[in-house]
Amino acid sequence: MSNRPTNVVIAGLGGQGVLKASDILADVAFSSGMDVKKSELHGMSQRGGSVSSDVRFGERVFSPMVPEGDADFLVVIAADQVPVNAAALRQGGTLIEPSLIDEAALTNKKSINVALLGVLSRYLPFSVEAWTAALKRNLPEKLHEANIQSFSMGRAKEPAMGRAS
Amino acid sequence: MWRTGSNQKLAQGLNKLRKISGLSVTVQKTFLRGQSPLSFSGYLRGVKPPHLSALSFPADYLCAVIAAAGKILQSCTLNSRLKATGFTLNSPQHDHAPALLSGDEAVALAALDAGVALGTGYPGTPSTEILETFETLGGRAQWSPNEKVALEVGIGVAFAGARALVTMKHVGLNVAADPLFTVAYTRLDGALIVVSADDPGMASSQNEQDNRRYALAAAVPMIEPSDSQEAYEFTLKAIEISERWQVPVLLRMTTRVCHSKTIVRRGTVAIPAARPAHFEHDYPSRVRIPAYAKPAHRRLRKTLAEIAEWNDAKGPNQLVAGSKQLGIITSGISFQHVREVAPEASVLKLGVTYPLPIERMRAFAASVERCVVIEEGDPYLVEAARTAGIAVEGKQEIFRFGELSASRVRRILKGDCSPEAKPVPGRPPALCPGCPHRSVYTVLRDLNCIVAGDIGCYSLGVLPPFEAMDTLVCMGAAIGVGLGFRHVLPPEDAKRVVSVIGDSTFVHSGITGLVEMVYNPPASVHVLLILDNGTTAMTGMQEHPGTGRTLAHAKTGKVVFEDLARSLGVRNVHVIDPTQDLGRFQELIQSCLAKPELSVVIARRDCLLATRAIREFERCNEQPAN
Repeated sequence: MSNRPTNVVIAGLGGQGVLKASDILADVAFSSGMDVKKSELHGMSQRGGSVSSDVRFGERVFSPMVPEGDADFLVVIAADQVPVNAAALRQGGTLIEPSLIDEAALTNKKSINVALLGVLSRYLPFSVEAWTAALKRNLPEKLHEANIQSFSMGRAKEPAMGRAS
Repeated sequence: MWRTGSNQKLAQGLNKLRKISGLSVTVQKTFLRGQSPLSFSGYLRGVKPPHLSALSFPADYLCAVIAAAGKILQSCTLNSRLKATGFTLNSPQHDHAPALLSGDEAVALAALDAGVALGTGYPGTPSTEILETFETLGGRAQWSPNEKVALEVGIGVAFAGARALVTMKHVGLNVAADPLFTVAYTRLDGALIVVSADDPGMASSQNEQDNRRYALAAAVPMIEPSDSQEAYEFTLKAIEISERWQVPVLLRMTTRVCHSKTIVRRGTVAIPAARPAHFEHDYPSRVRIPAYAKPAHRRLRKTLAEIAEWNDAKGPNQLVAGSKQLGIITSGISFQHVREVAPEASVLKLGVTYPLPIERMRAFAASVERCVVIEEGDPYLVEAARTAGIAVEGKQEIFRFGELSASRVRRILKGDCSPEAKPVPGRPPALCPGCPHRSVYTVLRDLNCIVAGDIGCYSLGVLPPFEAMDTLVCMGAAIGVGLGFRHVLPPEDAKRVVSVIGDSTFVHSGITGLVEMVYNPPASVHVLLILDNGTTAMTGMQEHPGTGRTLAHAKTGKVVFEDLARSLGVRNVHVIDPTQDLGRFQELIQSCLAKPELSVVIARRDCLLATRAIREFERCNEQPAN
């Protein structure tokens, strides 16, 4: 199955940085030389409603949308959005949820999206340097430090903490 | 909206630029919209040569200035504009580096590379980012009051021999349909590309009309990209078609093509340089009186036949060789789903979908045992194939509704019409906490008004806890629909009717409704409530004629709603901040409902999400230019 792309769905609520997290993930895969597609719906969802974004990367990606029930990873930023998005995850896929992160320890509480990317990063073949560069490219300079800290915190988590469905 | 870090970087970059070039450079203003590196817009005014010239360019180019002292800017895109100020740019390796872009951004990039002279449009998801990106990259772009005007401006540009890009969402083409159908009968000197961004599945629209039907009805050639690379290449191809046959071209995108990000390589298509604008009299080609229009229609049909022949022979259609058992004819985003679920199938992917390459389709269908048409929305391709006597299978009716996806394409191929799993309902969108519309709907609900509503963030007033909007049809309909209610409802109900419309929507197509209100006032008169939050909030804070700022947020002429209403003859005009004193606002609405004369109430309070940016724009616009 080497031709099968890696499928990631990132979900949460409008304003939580779902799209920012998917931009960073797409960027790190792109800068690592992979084919990448990223897709989400804009519009009404921005007004505090449910938001999700699909990122797919690998040797060759066709559809920009993660097929139903075929996500290898489901990253959910708002705990109450887990049931809404659970059907996206494939059998044996990995759920990455906010309870994995000690929010109190984050310098910037809003950077939980990036902390969860840190958890996700343990499963993916991209170097810390590539992640750091992608974070810097996608975030304003004044947020770099806090987000790199959040990312490192997430990355330090044991992979076993991620609950397989 | 505002990032200090990047602004510091910008200032550092400009300082360096000043040192390197010996140019006197001042940061006039810097604004940030959106968050991708492409979406930084800076203005720079240099005083050498003596005339001021305003430029805009993205942050990463400025960051490149900082990184590469001595090399100046690392992009060719601004070459032409910068040359005018005495800069030269060079860094060819940067020019064609692949980038991860949305389809909208790719269209903008192509427009820039093609030297499009002017981009016009009205904001509408999923098309909005095209003009914003075009402007950010250094192109000239402007928001029009509505799509009809945007297209008419584009027609003028193309009559003058230059290249025009006009953008809108699918329903916007309904508004622009009048000029579209007739410009097809004219002869263009330049290029006219009309982007129709369709929204199958209605992610943020009031219907899921399939605008491929417009190409057929208006006799306008249509091209459909399936990813961002094609969005880039097909924009250039559309310009080529438009100039070769002197016709407008529809560039039909869909939500997933507009908003998905995929890899784009530039410079893959050569295009002749744009010609300078010029004017020559040519009445028979451009004045559509019947005497000239009759031969024009015959000429148009002949041109379409030529394009069809070209499309058959060498149109941008792609054949994926595969199994003889299964052949699939498809176009646009559906192609990607097809490749995902049926990698073994032979595929004919159509690029120009009007006029169709019918003979290619016929030959393809004959070459496979089973030929299935996979298309989103209406059975457009399947009907055309069958009309031409080509035996194809279409999709089952249930797949006409909503978007296609890999799993739905798999079902179509299997003929599986079993009920599809319903998605778990997520949290619906809501008016932001503190949103000024909240005060308005609280009052309308408490007064038990019948509310003829309209399109914008304030459409959310239909949802709990307000449930205070009774109708929503199309842009501007609030006023006409409200008047219709007033004309026929029994008096006790008629007097409860209020029309509610946002500021941008009012400019778009509410002004003629107000004229109707003055011209044909109902016996019970009427109350029009304009919710003026100082921005086009729903689509992401775009400017409009009522803000007095251009697409790039620079100061310009401003339409003042209260002055307009008074000039039309409405005497009872009020301006009020609905958030200041809810009781007073309620009293005002009550008194207007009771008055025996027409009322216009402008509830004015900036959108919470835009307040800070608006303040900054205004501050910058007040500063004298250096």
